[in-house]
Amino acid sequence: MLQFESLSELWNMAGHGPYVWACYLITAIAIVYLLVSPLRRRRQLFEQLRRQARIEAAGQNDARRPEF
Amino acid sequence: MGWQWFHRLGSPRWFYEKSSAWIPWLAVLSIALLLWGSVWGLAFAPADFKQGNSYRIIYIHVPAAFLSLAGYYVMAISGAIGLIWKMKLADMVMKSAAVIGAVLTFVSLVTGAVWGKPTWGTWWVWDARITSMLVLFFLYLGVIALQEAYQHQDTANKASAILSLVGMVNIPIIYKSVDWWYTLHQPATIKFTSESTIHPSMLYPLLVMVIAFYLFYALALLLRTRSEILYRERKTRWVQELAEAGRGSR
Repeated sequence: MLQFESLSELWNMAGHGPYVWACYLITAIAIVYLLVSPLRRRRQLFEQLRRQARIEAAGQNDARRPEF
Repeated sequence: MGWQWFHRLGSPRWFYEKSSAWIPWLAVLSIALLLWGSVWGLAFAPADFKQGNSYRIIYIHVPAAFLSLAGYYVMAISGAIGLIWKMKLADMVMKSAAVIGAVLTFVSLVTGAVWGKPTWGTWWVWDARITSMLVLFFLYLGVIALQEAYQHQDTANKASAILSLVGMVNIPIIYKSVDWWYTLHQPATIKFTSESTIHPSMLYPLLVMVIAFYLFYALALLLRTRSEILYRERKTRWVQELAEAGRGSR
């Protein structure tokens, strides 16, 4: 059964609102951080590996060029 | 012959490829249960007759605390496996579990402090349960710091595995702290051996949140371990091919 008559009552929670919502906000931030940080790290690693591969490929082409 | 799965499990590449399929399931299930449990706990569960609405913090405080303890077992046991059988994957799990455990312990400490203010009239007391949880937080930070402290990954793994095994002594202290030193923190609400001291209308959303946190933990550990696998195997051909092909999609 719904415990609150209106959204503002849900927000206030008879004075306990700030405590309760602060806790849920902190937890939400922690959850998002734990999900996003490994995905970001993988994306950055892949970008770096692609960049390295391009540089190496360019280097090999240079080496095949004749000396003069 | 019977040990083949064990050796395969030690292969980071095999694990990476195998675990790709689990992620969408875990993600959908854990997020859905987190949302369901939160809405239930915040808006539909009845208010506590003594604490009023502040008790609604229980729906994240208790699951986060559960997982910070369960996560310590994950970290210490995988540390031991890495130490004994030199399994690379276990070392990576240990490192990932340290970060997730630290975050969850931080969440349970902070939500506990915020809950303490309207309930006990103070943000912080040096109560046995709270202090031992703070020690747990520092143990996690210690493992993270040791991982960064050494040039050689093998040395870092050994040092952090030993720290996490030594830190195991803290776990029974945390569990028993509310019984040994009966101070401010209340004893366990959910009991497996006798009836819980919480009404079913408040208990069911809590159980949903506990399951949701376990699933979320599995998801977070999987994602973190997989990114660690890619990082440590970045010089191998299969990771480089993945970088070329995938644009990071899988």
